[in-house]
This record gives sequence, structure tokens and C-alpha cells, in this order.
Amino acid sequence: MATLLNTIEDAKARDICREHGDRPDELLEILHSVQEAQGYLTDGALRTIAHALNISRAEIHGVVSFYHDYKREKGAAQTIKICRAEACQAVGANDLISEAEKHFKTQLDGKSAGVALEATYCLGNCALGPAVMIDGELYGRVDMKRLLSISDNHKGREA
Amino acid sequence: MSVKVYVPCDAAALSMGADAVVEALESAAPDVKIIRNGSRGMLWLEPLVEVETANGRVAYGPVTADDVAGLLKAGMLESNDHKLCHGLTEEIPYFANQERLTFERVGVTDPLSLSDYQTHGGLKGLEKALKLQPQAIVDEVKVSGLRGRGGAGFPTGIKWQTALAQDQDQKYLCANADEGDSGTFADRMLMEGDPFSLIEGMVIGGRAIGADTGYIYIRSEYPHAIRTMRRAIHIMEDAGWLGTDIKGSGTTFNLYVRVGAGAYICGEESSMLESLEGKRGQVKVKPPIPAISGLFNKPTIVNNVLSLAAVPYILSKGGKAYADYGQGRSTGTQPFQLAGDIARGGLVEKAFGVTMNELLNDFGGGTRSGKPIKAVQAGGPLGGFVAPADFDMAMGYESMAERGAMMGHGGLVVFNSDTNMGSMARYAMEFCEIESCGKCTPCRIGAVRGKETIEKIMRGEDQVKNVEVLEDLCDLMETASLCAMGGLTPMPVRSALKQFPEDFMGTASEAAE
Ligand SMILES: Cc1cc2nc3c(=O)[nH]c(=O)nc-3n(C[C@H](O)[C@H](O)[C@H](O)COP(=O)(O)O)c2cc1C
Ligand code: SF4
Ligand code: FES
Repeated sequence: MATLLNTIEDAKARDICREHGDRPDELLEILHSVQEAQGYLTDGALRTIAHALNISRAEIHGVVSFYHDYKREKGAAQTIKICRAEACQAVGANDLISEAEKHFKTQLDGKSAGVALEATYCLGNCALGPAVMIDGELYGRVDMKRLLSISDNHKGREA
Repeated sequence: MSVKVYVPCDAAALSMGADAVVEALESAAPDVKIIRNGSRGMLWLEPLVEVETANGRVAYGPVTADDVAGLLKAGMLESNDHKLCHGLTEEIPYFANQERLTFERVGVTDPLSLSDYQTHGGLKGLEKALKLQPQAIVDEVKVSGLRGRGGAGFPTGIKWQTALAQDQDQKYLCANADEGDSGTFADRMLMEGDPFSLIEGMVIGGRAIGADTGYIYIRSEYPHAIRTMRRAIHIMEDAGWLGTDIKGSGTTFNLYVRVGAGAYICGEESSMLESLEGKRGQVKVKPPIPAISGLFNKPTIVNNVLSLAAVPYILSKGGKAYADYGQGRSTGTQPFQLAGDIARGGLVEKAFGVTMNELLNDFGGGTRSGKPIKAVQAGGPLGGFVAPADFDMAMGYESMAERGAMMGHGGLVVFNSDTNMGSMARYAMEFCEIESCGKCTPCRIGAVRGKETIEKIMRGEDQVKNVEVLEDLCDLMETASLCAMGGLTPMPVRSALKQFPEDFMGTASEAAE
């Protein structure tokens, strides 16, 4: 399967590269755009990008693996980013994470089909922690009750 | 005339439901004119809603969507009393007792209104700079004594001088908006609340060093700031304050936003420049310093957002006016950020020299939980823990260093008495493990060993020997790491171990909890 995908040209990725002038220095922006459009970075997309920017596939894999943002597999239906940096720890982020793990039956940074929990290290909301982000929206002073209602709210919008 | 009501669009305000408040206001009082401003920085009051009156803006907060009907009924628009009313915003002591130079407009204006910006003093610095020769601009910055707000505190004017001296056609100016330190959010608030001031500072910097291209490298965790900065750049381009031959001055400056991808190390400048070239964010060996050979091997200045945003004031009011604030070689003001378990968390811009105690207690009001403060981490994840006995320290680069503390990006994270400092030390090592760029062994491997060793100590295994192992490891990381990630991670670890040994040495059963 992987080798088959490997040979597939990704038209969307090709377009995105072109929009960025096929410039290798815009690689991070290109990866962000492709991931936003397709949810994660497929073999076909990486191959196409490497070709369009005229860089080696080893190079592109090196970049993709270096940065925490880039995903190589399809994600969960919903991903909740929970801040576990110091200021949020100081107001109970670790307890929130344990409770959420139990409730959603998953581990922080583990795999999940339904709701996934992703650790993040500061969302810039350190005076109003614990902080959480879903679909690019930021929440402050999050406890378990609030987390569940935020999560449901986003599910409603995603549906 | 309809009443003007301000509801912030700052991400922290949004995180507490500011948009829902706007919706509730719009449907219950369709006549009011709602303005989305930045945040005043009194984050515990967010969403902070302000009603404009003849005497000034009156503050209500924290306001939820459910409060809106009651507030309107109680006569909020006629500024009647209510339990959520705090009187005139600018008379709230937290706000009134600050010295707002860099954050002068944040929370006051509509962030994307260029006319608002100009009415409140914006563009005066740039207008002046466009008439000055590059050397005169650099001199003014030198006079101000401005030091880099990204952490290292290097004098900005001296750095600019080095770049100016490079005889090259292509140079770059980059704003470091990677703001990865926990407990810091000033860059974010400035970009969301007064984006034009960063742009103005960068155009001035571009003219000063001879760079015609600029980048703002913003971390991906800041989607709101990214959107606001991109819009602000378009507005400045349309108004002729960015682009070719700006206002006939001969200065050309084009500015682009680039988004990070979740890597703390990309805040380190050489790593950031690699990332801007589309590569892995690996730290590079210096020399050469970026001011001589940086982005695409061209002379490049990297400055923190707050350093650059201080420049318009320095040009418009004069370097001397800026240097009149502060203490010793720490001139001017620092936007401090109060975070963690703190009753009144937020942003406090004060001249250097204010004490930690004033920030934590007079401004911050102690802990939010009501428990005593156990320690404060100053200067981000690589900064040491400060115990209450040292809270009398003055906040300044030298005065803090004397006590083994660090200014960093001006963040203070408050921990209450429930905190186990052994766990915090373990976390410091773990954070280094997760975020190490992997280039050098003391950091890459040392952090993993450090974390394991602290776990052993906390489990009660061979404590004396393992503390020795930990100390050795810290020595090695401090002396042999290429950058401050590995080099300073021992700071929080050692300061925790030294001041709170009982949190490491507790009996095995305690630690296992
Ligand atoms: C691990 C590490 C992380 C850093 N993170 C940041 C950051 O997020 N923002 C920043 O402005 N500087 C950061 N710095 C400091 C930069 O390397 C650099 O000194 C700074 O951007 C220079 O700008 P300034 O002179 O205006 O402070 C970091 C340094 C290290 C070693
Ligand atoms: S100290 Fe750590 S982060 Fe810095 S260069 Fe070495 S491995 Fe990279
Ligand atoms: S530490 Fe959690 S938002 Fe900054």
C-alpha cells in the first residue's frame, strides 16, 4: 500500500507548492497548508512536494519529523490540545490531563479514533490556565466539566 | 449617538467567552457600537467590557454572555453601579500604577484601525526615522540603552551597529515571535493588540541596518496573532508604510509572516533562521554571528517582538526619554507577565527596578488559590525557582543575576505550597528531552539521564549517590552544551534541589503518590 501511494502524484500538494513559488525556504508553510487541506501528510504529498521544490525525500522527512506539528497519520475525529507547561501545571493541568485520559479512554499523545489528547507546551494563556485549544480556538480556566462542554460544542460544529 | 462598548478580541479574552458576550450584546442592545480592542492586560477580569462615558471608559468584568441582560437592565450603558463594575478602567490601581510605553495603545485602540493608531501617537517614530540617516537611528537606540527582551539582554543598538557596518546589498531583519516560555504572553498580546507598533519598529530597524526584507516568525500555537499580523501587514502596505520607497524616503521594506511548527528550540535565533530557510530547526555553531552571516548567509538581525516594539517610542520621544526609566544598566520598561497560581494574573509594564514582591503581591494579589506561595519560576523553563525569602529582589538584568535568577522574557510563574519541586525539576529535564534539537550529546542524552536520575532519587534509590550523579550531569550540561537549552536546564533543577531538598528526598512511599 505504502509503495503504491508513493508513486501517486498529489495534485493538491502540487498546487500549494506552486502558490508558494516552488520555493524550498517556504517548506514549512507548504507543509502547514497541505496538512490543513488534507488532515495529515501522506507519502504522496511528501513525494510531490520534494519533487516540486527539488529537494530530496530524505530532507523533507528530516523536516517533517523534526517539528511536532506535522502528522503522518490520519488524526482522531477531534483533537484536544492540553497545555502541560509550568504555569498550567501550577493550576492543576496534570489533574485535568489524568481525568481527561480516564474519561476519553486514551493516553496523552496516544492514538484514538474519537477524541485524542495532545500535549502542548504553552498556548500563551498562562494567567488563565489550565489552557486548552480545539480547532484553533483557545479556552482558559478549563476544568473537566468545562472541557466536556467545549468538546461537545466543537463536535456539534464539526458534524 | 450610540454608546461605544469595547470587548477585547485578544485570545485570552476569547478564551473566556468574549465572542459570546459580543453576540449577547448585539442581540440585546442592537444600537450600541461595539469595538473589538486588544486586552488591557487585567486578564483575571476578562472578558473585560468597557463602556465609553464622558469621564472615560468604565470597566465591567469578568463578564459572561449570561451577565449581559442583567448588566443592561442595571443600566450599564448609563454607567450605573453593578457588582461587576470596577469604575474607570484607567483608575484601577493595577492599570494606573503601570508605566506603559510599549503597551501604550494595547487595549485602548482597535488593533487594526490605522487612524486609531495615528491618533494615539503611532507612526511618529517612523516619520522621524525616515528623515534620519541610518547611523543616527542606531545612535538613538544606543542612547536608549534598550536591551534584547528575548532573554539574553544584549544591547540592541550595538547589535544593529554590527549589521549596519556590513557592506552588503541584501540584509534581513527578523522578529522573533516564537514566545515559547511558559508564563509569557506579552508578544502575543502586543501582536494582537497593537500589531502596527511591531511593524513600525521593524521598518525603522530595516532602515537603520539597511535591510529591505523582514520576517515575523510566529509560533503556530498563536493562530489569532498570526491572523492579526497578516491583516495589519496588508493595511500598512495599502497605506504605503510598507513596500518600495516608503513615502518617498528611499527606504524599501517588505514584510512577511512565517509560522513555526511546534518546536521550542526555534526560539533560539540560529535555529529560527534555519527554520526560516525551510530546514530542521537545528542550532548552529557561532561564530559567525547572524548580524554578520545569518539568513541565507546574509547579515541578519533577530530581535524579540518587544525589543522591536519599543523602538517607535524611542524614536518618537528620544532615546534619553526611554533611558530615564529603569535602574542601572536595565533601562526602560519591561512588560512583566504574572502567571500560574496568581489572583490577578496579567500583564504589568513597569520600569526595571520594581521588586518581585510588588509584582506578586501589590499587583498580583498573591495566589488565586489562597495557599501560600512556595516558589516562583522567573525567566521561563530555563530559569531558576525563587523562594519567598528572595522576593525583595529588584527586577533587572544584573540585580536578578546577583541572586541567581534570570529576567528572561519577563514571565513569573507562581507555584503554591502544594507543589512538589522535585516533580518540577523532573519536568525541567523532561522538557529539555522533548525539545532538544539533538545536535549535542550533553543536552540530548543528558536530559534523559537527568530525568531518570531525579526519578530514582524521588523513589528513594541510592539517594546520596544519585544526587552526585545529578550534580555531575548538571555540570556537564552547563559546560558542554552548544546553546542555552541544554546549558540552562540545570538552573531550575539545581535551584529546586538546593532550596527544596526535602521534595526530592521524601520517603519512597511519599514520592510514589
Ligand atoms: C532555547 C532558547 C529559546 C529561545 N526562545 C526565544 C523566544 O521564544 N523568543 C525570543 O525572542 N528569543 C528567544 N531566545 C533568544 C534568542 O536566541 C535571541 O537571543 C533573541 O531572539 C534576540 O533578540 P533580542 O536581542 O531582541 O532579545 C531563545 C534562546 C534559546 C537558547
Ligand atoms: S544544547 Fe540542546 S538544543 Fe542546544 S544545540 Fe545542543 S542539543 Fe540542540
Ligand atoms: S503555560 Fe499553559 S498556556 Fe502558557
